[in-house]
Amino acid sequence: MGYFRSKNIAIFLVIIGIYFAVDWLLEEGIITKFQQVNLMLLGINVILATSLNLIVGFTGQLALGHAGFMAIGAYVATIFTVKLGQPFALALAVGSLAAALAGVLIGLPTLRLRGDYLAIATLGFGEIIRGLAVNIEYVGGAAGIMGIPRLTTWPWLYAMTVLTVVAIKNFINSTHGRACLAVRENEIAAEAMGINTTYYKVLAFTLGAFFGGLAGGLYAHYFYLIQPSTFSFLRSFDILVMVVLGGMGSLTGSVIAAAAITLVNALLQDLALLRMVIYAALLVAVMIFRPQGLMGNKELTLNILRPRGGADRGIVGD
Amino acid sequence: MAELVQQLINGLTLGGIYALIALGYTMVYGIIQLINFAHGDILMVAAYVAFFAITVLKVGVVPALVLAVVFCALLGVAIERIAYKPLRQAPRLAALITAIGVSLFLENGGLWLLGTDFRSFPPGTVNNYTYTLLGGTVRITSMQLLILALTLLVMVILQYIVHYTKVGKAMRAVAYDKEAAALMGINVDSVVSVTFALGSAFAAVAGVLWGLYYNTVHPLMGLMPGLKAFVAAVIGGIGIIPGAMAGGFFLGIIEALVSGYGSSELRDPVVFILLILVLLFRPAGLLGKDTVEKV
Repeated sequence: MGYFRSKNIAIFLVIIGIYFAVDWLLEEGIITKFQQVNLMLLGINVILATSLNLIVGFTGQLALGHAGFMAIGAYVATIFTVKLGQPFALALAVGSLAAALAGVLIGLPTLRLRGDYLAIATLGFGEIIRGLAVNIEYVGGAAGIMGIPRLTTWPWLYAMTVLTVVAIKNFINSTHGRACLAVRENEIAAEAMGINTTYYKVLAFTLGAFFGGLAGGLYAHYFYLIQPSTFSFLRSFDILVMVVLGGMGSLTGSVIAAAAITLVNALLQDLALLRMVIYAALLVAVMIFRPQGLMGNKELTLNILRPRGGADRGIVGD
Repeated sequence: MAELVQQLINGLTLGGIYALIALGYTMVYGIIQLINFAHGDILMVAAYVAFFAITVLKVGVVPALVLAVVFCALLGVAIERIAYKPLRQAPRLAALITAIGVSLFLENGGLWLLGTDFRSFPPGTVNNYTYTLLGGTVRITSMQLLILALTLLVMVILQYIVHYTKVGKAMRAVAYDKEAAALMGINVDSVVSVTFALGSAFAAVAGVLWGLYYNTVHPLMGLMPGLKAFVAAVIGGIGIIPGAMAGGFFLGIIEALVSGYGSSELRDPVVFILLILVLLFRPAGLLGKDTVEKV
């Protein structure tokens, strides 16, 4: 009933507007090659941060293996395009599904573990994926796969980014999403309310893995080459930093943080190492002084443009 | 047979270093239930302190080791005071992410300050003799003997501190029940500081030994040993001191056997598969007791 409310139409128009605006800037060559790389990276980071936020922020399961899902998506999609000559759309879909499948397989046993143990088990899983990629000659071993066609274009990237954010937002606002929030707030209470906590944890984990894999596929087809070292646990930490800075449990926070970090990275290109030192210090400072991150679990919604009163409607606005 | 003995010797050496690092993880976890991700990077700092002490200050190995141990003990206490103490009442997730932040800070700070070069100790830093056993088929170096001896010494010292001194008694009390310990007049903050100092000192010993054994120092050298030692602590049962020692030696031997008979590329995946198996079937670790979580 509410699909054609004025707000939804407005958001839809803004989304379409941004697409054509950037498309025009690209056509006219106003966006330079260097900026273009960062634009693509921005989209990929948004997908990674929002999908990890679903697991860490909304379901409360600290997972440190997101780069592993990204690796699966990247490798499987690349095998489909480079080795098997399949179309890009199919490759992306299969890559994402493979990551989701890995999400189920790794989630079912490990999500019984709590907190720290889960963190370390998922970290171990990410390293296993990387280790396997090094040992499989078919995917180039430690050297990785080179000469991947550049199939990730602006329309693809933008469509996939919007799809991810909208899908995760709708999931969180659904019954299933509410169940995930309940698991985060208090697992024992949620269980007492009849929520199958394992099911919802695995569900969130699988969805997060799916989109992580999607980001991997997009990444591989923009940057020509993938190597196991691209997907080390340092990348998982990078994604986690975006989620934490943006606010665990805030989708708009993740989008803003992913965008901000990508942009700051681009601006401070020359300070590569010092930049990482500053990030690390920032991460510690945020945890000490504002543990809920930039946005906490609030969302930036169109409601703030309106008079007070409609602004505090539930966790994710609507 | 000779091959097996050789791999066991290599494994014990590596395992000894893992055990030293794992001790710090397990002590800190036992007291404040925090995975101190920065622990591996303390190892790197220690190796650099020793490296600069030997190359710049031109001191011998023993003073360099002492210097590294003292420096890292202070660094460990400082990290705890600045980064972890404000978060002691915060959710566990916040503390864990802070620990990751500290780790990234030390690694990238190291890369920024010291560059990305691998450095080696000057030749002749340690006199390395090779002894042959079993009719010349098995080799053991004096470095390996030193590592094993130092590891065992540290373990004996730790057991003594924990079981026969006042501060050790306080540590056990705080690990058992922080509030009750505080009510009994134990200064919890200083016990936590002592724990960090001890753990970091052990990591420093491990770091200097690691640097000398492989003869390289690098800002990211602490990453993998740190992670593996944590795996060792979990396998042995985190929070249990003998568990960390057993887990360290166990992991070292497994790694040596996998590299010896399989391929060294398979070493890391095997370690992590082992970790996940242990977590699934004995989440409390091989030496741990199963506990039921109360609501």
